[in-house]
Amino acid sequence: MKEGLISKWHLNEGDTVNQGDELVDIETEKVANVYESPHSGVLKRKVVPEGRSVPIGSLFGVIASKDTADAEIEAYVEQFESTFSVADAEEGGAIPEVVDVPGGYIRFLKQGQGAAVPAVLIHGFGADLNSWLLNQAALADSRPVYAIDLPGHGGSVKDPRIATLEDIAQAVIAFLEAKSLSSVHLIGHSLGGAVAAKIAAERPALVKSLTLIAPAGLGKEINFSFIRALVDIDRRKDMATALETLFYNPALVSRDMTMGVLNAKRIDGAVTCLRAIATGCFGSGEQKSILRDQISQLPLPVQVIWGQSDRVIPPQHAQELPGKIRVHPVEHAGHAVQLEKAGEINRLLSHFIDQG
Amino acid sequence: MSTNVMQPEGSRPRRKTRISYRAALGEALAQEMSRDPTIVVMGEDIAGGMGAPGVQDTWGGAFGVTKGLLGRFGRDRVMDTPLQESAIIGAAIGAASNGLRPVAELMFNNFIGVCMDQLMNQAPKFRYMFGGKLTTPVTIRTVYGAGIRVAAQHSSAYHSILTHIPGLKVVMPSSAYDAKGLLIASIRDDDPVVFFEHIGLFDKEGDVPEEPYAIPLGEANVVREGGDVTIVAFGRMVDVSVAAADSLRTSGISCTVIDPRTTSPLDEDTILESVAETGRLVVVDEGNPRCGIATDISALVADRAFDSLTAPIKMVTAPHCHVPFAPVLEDAYLPSAEKVEAAVRSIVGAARAP
Repeated sequence: MKEGLISKWHLNEGDTVNQGDELVDIETEKVANVYESPHSGVLKRKVVPEGRSVPIGSLFGVIASKDTADAEIEAYVEQFESTFSVADAEEGGAIPEVVDVPGGYIRFLKQGQGAAVPAVLIHGFGADLNSWLLNQAALADSRPVYAIDLPGHGGSVKDPRIATLEDIAQAVIAFLEAKSLSSVHLIGHSLGGAVAAKIAAERPALVKSLTLIAPAGLGKEINFSFIRALVDIDRRKDMATALETLFYNPALVSRDMTMGVLNAKRIDGAVTCLRAIATGCFGSGEQKSILRDQISQLPLPVQVIWGQSDRVIPPQHAQELPGKIRVHPVEHAGHAVQLEKAGEINRLLSHFIDQG
Repeated sequence: MSTNVMQPEGSRPRRKTRISYRAALGEALAQEMSRDPTIVVMGEDIAGGMGAPGVQDTWGGAFGVTKGLLGRFGRDRVMDTPLQESAIIGAAIGAASNGLRPVAELMFNNFIGVCMDQLMNQAPKFRYMFGGKLTTPVTIRTVYGAGIRVAAQHSSAYHSILTHIPGLKVVMPSSAYDAKGLLIASIRDDDPVVFFEHIGLFDKEGDVPEEPYAIPLGEANVVREGGDVTIVAFGRMVDVSVAAADSLRTSGISCTVIDPRTTSPLDEDTILESVAETGRLVVVDEGNPRCGIATDISALVADRAFDSLTAPIKMVTAPHCHVPFAPVLEDAYLPSAEKVEAAVRSIVGAARAP
């Protein structure tokens, strides 16, 4: 993500704003979404008007306390803009790297640093590390955060023999070992949730906490025709329609999101791997690995987050889990809840991880 | 010249995500040649130094695209040719008909006249005239386009002439990502493909996956989306149109910019569906205006989307004259973002408030 377009301001200069209020609509290459105010105060300046695209790192607005003088605001804006360098922002921006693991290689994006226990983000079927576009930076404020591409996906190894949940979990464990990560907060979405749960069940010492976002692994049901569509579709319009299944608000499917999925499938071997994983994990239309018991007995903090309008894996799978597992239903959100309600998800993630 | 390094075979490839159009093309060739031993490359100064003492692979092609291939694949597969286009293309076509998969280079598309029989009357007709008994899986890479002061005989854009010929596929990548994926697809295609690389794009960088990938021929890329006008542009004119679209957006005019990526086969559906939404069409091509791809697309839309049109179709092309040598005149010759913007405004009307 190199730049963002400020497509709509929800407030005017001089308006009072509370933390969490919808502030501005931002369109990026991959997804358009609303940005919620990180602070309370008065919106003193809209630095970037509607309709303008700016590079990552640019100042686009100023919120301050009501009695901050205008002169101070102006001075701040001027100071920021005179020292801001796009090149620095771009250089500071992380780029994905690739690490060798036994049996292949895993692509990952690392953001954030420091000594805090790192977080590892694991995407779902047919996706890649860009699933976390609206989440990774927020989490990376306080710790290192690794977003990985699963085998068969993104820029990771394309070996169709890595097909079952067990195979995939082993590959991710190999990644953790290759990067010398001995204790991590695992956060998994969809199939990635089942992968995270599997790792926690097999190697609990590796896992400081487990967050499952609309995970596979808690029940048999899954929207298999959606899985098949992801594998079979090769045309932009058809893929855009299929991706609407992921959201409560179908307008969130952007052209770049659609092309991101299609382009990933055009990499040699990608479709073969997707087919193998679809068969290996979802066989004839149902989830093959049910990890409810293992998850219920994990000796570590577990939370489950689920969009209530999920049309891929039923949110009912989160019912009747043991009381120690925190369950957070999210209204007006579909399967890709971490994209659709990024602000809320980021708060839930930070809060949960910071406790542990 | 790009500083991107291609790793030797066997070691885990590690390179930066952003590479140049030139490097993307070279990577496509190297990866395909590793995968398929029947692929050979041939052309003038492809490596350089053949048959002469001293340093080999001095050039890696006139634009550096094939640099390094000689070291990896040897002179049996990386062949410098005499300065004779009918021989280069003729040999490539003959080899293609006999089991090889050649990628031949025509250094400047201006030289196409010397090999026109091969490209007009031979290669595209073999499959048809021999009842499918012969296929010609040849890719002809060529450089086209104006803007770097190399005058009339080295600056033309003859993609329209080849688009006219059935049996030929014509590909025009506008970005590094498209360049690699389209070249891989062209090499894998079993029909003759003419691959037009724009002379002004070789240094343009973009995010390109390290792994090989193929973009289907005949699929357009939608580069900008907007409801007021559909702009169709090719090659370097895609960037020119995007600059115009971004400028127009600040005046409240939102443009869809479509890059068909291939003129033959042409993604008609994407163009027609877009005009059905916007009602207006501007076609941008740096070729000359008579009998060109711009007129081709204008006729397609006038025929199949007439009822959607709310304004005349506008074409922004070079004038009906040759590419000038004088810098001021060459700049006046080429379509620019300003000219595209003016064409859009002439059919959209007064600027609206955002």
